[in-house]
Amino acid sequence: MALILFLIIMAIILIAAAIYAVVQKDLLYAVLSTGIISVVLSVFFYLLQAPDVAITEAAIGIALTTIIFIITIRNTSRNEDEYREDHIKKF
Amino acid sequence: MRKYIAFLLIAILGWTLATTFKAIPFGADRRGDLDHPDKVAAFYLKESPEVLQTANSITAIVVNFRGFDTLGEVTVLFLAATGLASILYRRKEEDVEVERVRLPSSGLVRTGAKILFPLMLLLGIYVFIHGHLTPGGGFQGGAIIATGFLLMLITYKHFETNHNVMVWLESLAGLAFVAVGLYGLFVYGSFLHNTKSVGTLNDLISGGLIPLIYIFIGIKVGTELTNILYILLKIKKS
Repeated sequence: MALILFLIIMAIILIAAAIYAVVQKDLLYAVLSTGIISVVLSVFFYLLQAPDVAITEAAIGIALTTIIFIITIRNTSRNEDEYREDHIKKF
Repeated sequence: MRKYIAFLLIAILGWTLATTFKAIPFGADRRGDLDHPDKVAAFYLKESPEVLQTANSITAIVVNFRGFDTLGEVTVLFLAATGLASILYRRKEEDVEVERVRLPSSGLVRTGAKILFPLMLLLGIYVFIHGHLTPGGGFQGGAIIATGFLLMLITYKHFETNHNVMVWLESLAGLAFVAVGLYGLFVYGSFLHNTKSVGTLNDLISGGLIPLIYIFIGIKVGTELTNILYILLKIKKS
């Protein structure tokens, strides 16, 4: 019973983080919330008896993808709308 | 307007997936008969310990039964890294001292990174050497190694990886994987054919060529991802 409750809470966190990533205009927070999605997903994979996939998700989803996106944000622009205006001005 | 269309498409996709998954009984045992395999899952579960002497049957599937697919995945990663490098890599001459880290890290982070870095390398190497015994394997181990290098790259201003060594290691590991496959083709008549097993089940030396291939994949993925991160961190903000 406790496990099911835990899983439901984790699933709610997952969906909330996904919605936050879409809605948030500050791209840094959006990327960090996709990292949270990866954390929850890797716990799910582990509990569903797929430890191989859990390790992959933990290493690639949490660390590498998040960092690559953060590097990209550092080199472009942090705000979604700001970037759009720049883009329109350029072309 | 575009947002609503996107939501509509996602809803259609979700509905399709839901109706598809409703037809599959959730949690039912669909492996089939293990002693006389009639389905592919039962075949894999029976063959991998008995014929290939591999304790982790997922490894047996990824590297042996579906080894050709893994070669394709490695090639995809290789092409991605090469494409990124060919666009973004700066040669020494035109290098204008790009600052990788703008602000110095605190002493806590620097000391922590120094302690964690060798442990992360060790964990990554452990994961890909024990790929045929425990969960994990070449991709996972390589990713953990790349994470360790990433920690050092973003913590220390003057930590440099030798780009030439990395590229050579990556290429040689990739070639070695293909060479092992060709060895199977010429000696046994099929690409990536496994040798008749050396050692016993559950030992470190078991599973024929599987540990060897996973070591090559681990080195290749680790160096490749490290290269990608190194190149990305060197971009100058325009």
